[in-house]
Amino acid sequence: MTTTAVTKPLEPRSPQGNSLTSGQLPRLFELYALIGSLVVVGGAFMLMGFNLIGDGLVGWLVVTAIVYLIAVGVFASIVENRRRATDRVVRGIVIVAFLLAFIPLVSTLGTVVVRGIGALNWNFISQSTGSHFDPSTLVVTTTQGALQSIVGTLEVTGIAALMSVPIGLLTAIYLVEYARPTQWMARTVTLLVDVMTGIPSIVAGLFAFSLFTIIVGPKAFSGFSASVALSVLMIPIVVRSSEEMLKLVSSELREASYALGVTKFATITRIVLPTAVAGLVTGIMLAIARIIGETAPIFIAASFTNDLNTNPFNGPISTLAVGAYTLYKFPGTDIPASVNAAWGNALLLVILVVILNLIARIVARVFAPKGLR
Amino acid sequence: MVILAAVALFLIVKAMPAIVASWQTPDLAGGTTAGNDNFWEYVGPLVWGTVWVSAIALVIGAPIAIGIALFISHYAPRRLAGPLGYLVDLLAAVPSVVFGLWGIFVIRPFLLPLEQWLNDHLNWIPVFAGPRTSTGSTILAGAVVLAVMILPIISSISREIFLQTPRLHEEAALALGATKWETIRLAVFPYARSGVVSAVLLGLGRALGETMAIALIISPSLKFWVNILTDSQNSQTIAANLALNFPESNELQREALIGTGLMLFVISLAVNFVARGIITRTGRGAKRRKLAGTPLVDTSIPGDPTADAAVESIVAVETLSPATRVRRDGAE
Repeated sequence: MTTTAVTKPLEPRSPQGNSLTSGQLPRLFELYALIGSLVVVGGAFMLMGFNLIGDGLVGWLVVTAIVYLIAVGVFASIVENRRRATDRVVRGIVIVAFLLAFIPLVSTLGTVVVRGIGALNWNFISQSTGSHFDPSTLVVTTTQGALQSIVGTLEVTGIAALMSVPIGLLTAIYLVEYARPTQWMARTVTLLVDVMTGIPSIVAGLFAFSLFTIIVGPKAFSGFSASVALSVLMIPIVVRSSEEMLKLVSSELREASYALGVTKFATITRIVLPTAVAGLVTGIMLAIARIIGETAPIFIAASFTNDLNTNPFNGPISTLAVGAYTLYKFPGTDIPASVNAAWGNALLLVILVVILNLIARIVARVFAPKGLR
Repeated sequence: MVILAAVALFLIVKAMPAIVASWQTPDLAGGTTAGNDNFWEYVGPLVWGTVWVSAIALVIGAPIAIGIALFISHYAPRRLAGPLGYLVDLLAAVPSVVFGLWGIFVIRPFLLPLEQWLNDHLNWIPVFAGPRTSTGSTILAGAVVLAVMILPIISSISREIFLQTPRLHEEAALALGATKWETIRLAVFPYARSGVVSAVLLGLGRALGETMAIALIISPSLKFWVNILTDSQNSQTIAANLALNFPESNELQREALIGTGLMLFVISLAVNFVARGIITRTGRGAKRRKLAGTPLVDTSIPGDPTADAAVESIVAVETLSPATRVRRDGAE
C-alpha cells in the first residue's frame, strides 16, 4: 500500500503525467461495468415490477448485456480512443455469443437428464413394451419398456459398424499407402468420400429402403436395411478419420522397415497399423457415436415396433432414437407415460453416446505410442 | 465407392414412376400428395421450406458459432480452452432427436412470449405476419433448434482454422500496436476466411438434411409461406415431410416422397460442391490479390496510426519470401 501512496502524485490526468497509464481505464474496468449494469438494470426492472428470479430473469440478463456493451463502448471512447473502444465492445460481444450459445447446449443435456431420470428403472431397461389386459376392470394397461429399442440399437449399429469399418479402413489404407495423391483414382475416391459426408441422413434411409424393396419386395422393413443406411453414413466418417491417423505415422518408420527388406504388406500390418491403432479406434468409436443417434434413416428403413425383434433380417425393428421419436409423435393411450418413456429413451441414448466418447478418449490415452506425446 | 452412384441411381429409379405419372390417378389424388397437378407443384413448396428454415437457422447460428470459436481460440484462458473445446465437440454427437424433444419442451414455451409480442407489434413486416401463434410450433422455433444443432459443427471447424493462423502474422499485427480485435480482423480473419465459409456451408448442409427436430416441432402446411411466427402457415421441409408421411403412404405416394428425397440429395450435393469450390478458389484468389495489389516495400510513414497498410504489406512479404514460409512451416 505504500507504493500507491508514493505513485499517487505521479498519476494526475494532466498531459505531462505518467504517459504509460494515463488515458486508460482501470484494469478491472470491465468487471465494474458488468456489476454496474447488472445492478442498474436489476433496479430498473424491480421498479417496473418484474420478478428478477422468475419470469424477468431472461429479460434482465439480456438487457444487462446490451447496457453493458453500450456502457463499455461509451466509457472507453471517452477515456481511451475509438480503437480501444471497438476492441472492448467486440470482446464483450464474443463473450456474450459464447454464453448465449452455451445456455441452450447445457440446457439440452440438463433437460434430458432431469426428465429422463424419472423413467429409468430396472423394469424399463429389462422389459419390452407390452400391454396387459385386466379382465375384472376391462382396462388395457400398457407398460413402457426399452428392451426392444436397446437390443435394436445394438444390433443395427453393430452390423453397420461390421460392414463399414473394414470398407472404410481399407479405403483409407489404399489412399495413404498405395495411391499417389495425383492419381485420378485416388482423387476420385477422395472427392466421393467428401461428397458422401454431405448426404442427408434421411436420403441414406431412402436409399436402403429402395434397395431392399427392389431385392425383397414391398414392406421390406428390416434391421439389416437400416444397417445398410447407417453404413452409407458411417463409411465416409471412418475413411476420413483413419486417413488422417495413417498420415500421422511418420514416414521414417516406413522407410526403416523397407530398408530392412520388409514387404509392403508386412510393413502395413506390423508397423503402420500398430502405430496408428489408438487413433483408428478413437475415430471408429466417434463414428459409431455419430450414427447411433440417427433417427430418420432407421425410421424409414426399419420402421418401428413395440415388440422385441432379435432377428435383424426380418420385420420392423426399433432403436432408442426412433423410440424417442415415435413415442412422442405417435403416443399410446396414456400420453404422459409415452412422453415420459420418450425421455427415458433419449437419456439412454445420450448415456450410450457419452460412454462411447469416453471409451474413445481412454483408448486414445492407453494405446498412445510412447514418444509421440 | 460405387455407393454414391448407387444412391443416386436407386433414388432416380424409384422416383421416376411418380414424377412422370399422372397426378390425377386415385393413388396420388389422395393422402399426402392430394391436390397437386404434377410432381413439381408438390415438391416446390417443400424445397422452399427446406431452404427457408435452413437459411434462418444459419443467420441465427453462424455468427454465434464464429463467436464461440473466437472465444475458445483467442479469448478464453488457456486452461479453460481445452475442456470447452471438448465439450463443444461432444455436443456435436448429441443425437438430433434429443435436440428435437428439447426444442418442444424448452424452446417452444421459451420463445412463445417473444413470438406473440413480435406478431402483435410488428406484423406489418411480412415475415412476422399471419395469425397469432398459441402453441409456439413455429418456423422460428424450429430454426432456433436447428441453429443450436449446427453450432458445434461450425464452431469446431472454425476454431481449428483460427488456431492455425500463423503466429507470425498475429505477432506482427500486435507489434504494430493493433488491439486484439484489430489483430483478429487483420491477421486471423483473412487467413481463415475460406475455412470459415466452408464450415458455414457444411453447417448449412447439416441443417438442410435435418429431419427430426423439424418434424417434431413445426406444424406444417404444404404451401409457400414466408411467415415464421404462425401455427398453421408454415412451409414444410423435405426431410420432415418424408418422416411424417412415409409410414402411412401407398406405393406411388412413397415413390413421390422418394422423389422429394432425390431433390434434397441434389440440393445438398450442390451446397457441398459450392463449399469445396469456395475453399479452393478463395485460397488461391486471395493470395493472388495480395501479390498483385500490395506494394512490396512498406511505404507507410513510420508511426502512421493506420496500421492497416503496414500489416497488409507484412502479410504480403510473408507470403512472398520463401525463407519466412519455410521457417513458418518448420515451426508448425
